[in-house]
Amino acid sequence: MATYLHQARRAGLSRLDTKGSPYLYILPFFLLFGAFGLFPLLYTAYVSFNDWDLLDSGSHRWVGLANYREMLQDAYFWNALGNTLSIWVLSTVPQLLAALWIAHLLNHRLRARTALRMGVLLPNVTSIVAVTIVFTQLFGRDFGMVNWALGLVGIGPIDWQANTWSSHLAISFIVAWRWTGYNALIYLASMQAIPHHLYEAADLDGASQAQQFRRITVPMLRPTIIFTTVISTIGGLQIMAEPLLFASSQTPTGGSDRQFQTVALFMYEQGFREFRFGYASAVAWTLCLVIAIFAIINFLLTRRIAKDED
Amino acid sequence: MHPNRLLRLAAATLAAGVLLTACGTGTEGGSGGGNEKITLNVNLFGNFGYQDLYAEYQKSHPNITIQERTAAYNDHHRDLITHLATGSGAGDIEGVDTGFIAQMRERGNLFVDLGKDRQSEYLDWKWAASLTKDGKQVGYGTDVGGLAICYRRDLFEKAGMPFDRDQVSAAWGSGWDQYIEFGKRYAAKAPAGSAFFDGGGQLFNAIIGQAPVGYYNEDNAIVVGTSPDVRKAWDLTVKAIQSNLSAKLIGSSQEWNNGFAKDQFATIACPAWMMTKIKDQAKHAAGKWDVASVPGGGGNWGGSYLTVPKQGKHVEEAKKLAAWLTAPEQQAKVFTARGNLPSIPALYDKPDIAQYKDAFFNNAPVGQLFTTAAKQLKPQYQGPRAGDVQTTIRDALVRIEQGKQSSDESWKQMVSDVERLAK
Repeated sequence: MATYLHQARRAGLSRLDTKGSPYLYILPFFLLFGAFGLFPLLYTAYVSFNDWDLLDSGSHRWVGLANYREMLQDAYFWNALGNTLSIWVLSTVPQLLAALWIAHLLNHRLRARTALRMGVLLPNVTSIVAVTIVFTQLFGRDFGMVNWALGLVGIGPIDWQANTWSSHLAISFIVAWRWTGYNALIYLASMQAIPHHLYEAADLDGASQAQQFRRITVPMLRPTIIFTTVISTIGGLQIMAEPLLFASSQTPTGGSDRQFQTVALFMYEQGFREFRFGYASAVAWTLCLVIAIFAIINFLLTRRIAKDED
Repeated sequence: MHPNRLLRLAAATLAAGVLLTACGTGTEGGSGGGNEKITLNVNLFGNFGYQDLYAEYQKSHPNITIQERTAAYNDHHRDLITHLATGSGAGDIEGVDTGFIAQMRERGNLFVDLGKDRQSEYLDWKWAASLTKDGKQVGYGTDVGGLAICYRRDLFEKAGMPFDRDQVSAAWGSGWDQYIEFGKRYAAKAPAGSAFFDGGGQLFNAIIGQAPVGYYNEDNAIVVGTSPDVRKAWDLTVKAIQSNLSAKLIGSSQEWNNGFAKDQFATIACPAWMMTKIKDQAKHAAGKWDVASVPGGGGNWGGSYLTVPKQGKHVEEAKKLAAWLTAPEQQAKVFTARGNLPSIPALYDKPDIAQYKDAFFNNAPVGQLFTTAAKQLKPQYQGPRAGDVQTTIRDALVRIEQGKQSSDESWKQMVSDVERLAK
């Protein structure tokens, strides 16, 4: 009787163990996510429905959707949104194409292959601040190296910060420089999972390198391409440090005429220069929504394009 | 590398470190022991010229270590306000510029009241500007700006212009129009790559600094759109820009610092504290700089305060240090070593200050020049967002310098941007 009970209890415990312990193992993630992810998200939503002065020791007043209404009529918000999309497209598209090509090259037998593979990740491990400062100097108006090089072929000098197009180009370049290698490594990893016999068969059939790349590599990478596109969209639409540090004025307005102020920077300006906590939160939530929409569109698009390749 | 940005980065790292250690040790500030080892964080912008003074103070107070962190002008004040808002992260002592003192004054409850003991030492208006409505003193004045024009003798000489300081002062003595005319003649024969002045934003600050009313009236209402003085300063600055006299550099930016090293401009509007910056940035040109009086005479730009935020851990010690750093003897030392003009009028007649000549500026009688200016100075009332208004106007002038907008377009946008600040 006693043994029976004992066995039953052990069985119960082991059932609890198999059923319950997995939840226990993943609990730390959800605790951290709840504290640092979910709670701020929901709290920001709550703040966005208030008129909230950060300086006035947190005094606030419920205003419903007023912050959102104001934002939709705010020309500076739309300006920032346009800049964000422009910088995002200018940085993400060339970045992913280049990453794909670099990964393709690295996938071949090369001298010092490991060193090269590590090398492409180097820009990503350097500090974003340091990178931006260096590039801001390269893109300097009076003594920048880019203008010097352009001068050799008779172009310029260009005041990179002054114009909308030139500032977007320069900022996109900084972003792309930092993230191309990272994406290349992700592509490379999944390229190596492509069965080699596919290429051998293609070789036998006389397919060229370019054909192999288009007909085998790209379709086989479809899930990875979707992944990188979505991740780059999320990152690209949140760009803030680069335009903030690119401005020699040291202010979050993104240039003299807000020509390179992104939405994230606009949010920062409203939150931490104007101390309009509620309004900044409304911008934050809108940005989150915009990102979600674009990520979904991209997901659908990249899925379709890769399918057409089949 | 950009020293300001690197410093900022360093400051952020430091701040994180300080927070961590603050959590770990949990020292009780103000428990009075006096021998317990403490670190006082002093957060500043620009150069207050305190390095030697720290060493002196630490020697006489062996239990105290002073840690100075310096950030760029706008970054520093934005960080301070954020730290005040969130209740942590501020230094034991925080420097505040004239442009932001009114904003801090409005949050007087977040600062330690420094009392009335030293009122009689200070210039009346300097003392009043950091006084809250209910009579609490939030900051000890450090320096006042005054106003002059610093210029490069050697470049003037190369362009065939008069370069003796009395002649130069006389040439534009009657006003800014003459300064611009002088500039046009300079530009005609100037060495390649050398503009007449550094940038529109800085020139505007100097001109508006001479007006009796600046961006605010005394009811804290912004008058930028309606004040004739603001429009006059704007028009003069635009005229100077459109005469191609500007090096188009933004004050305190990295490019501006480079501008000193590369001789990109021949004159700069020069409050006393600007001399400190010139000495830092233009080491290669020692002796080639000189100081002339400002067109039209008078005026003030800038000048700062040391405040003690209540959230600090060592409020008593911080108060003592702030009082010591701003005491007459120390203000005198900073003036002769670095150039920042004292805000304590009793010093103005002391021979070692009134007769002080600066070798870096070709032995210009800066003591006599700036103390005279300070005595005649008619203070301008500063409202809560004065610093941000100034930045907004600067950006508007940059738009003209960059050829993005006409004067009228830029003015209109600037006025609406400034009104937005007041919301």
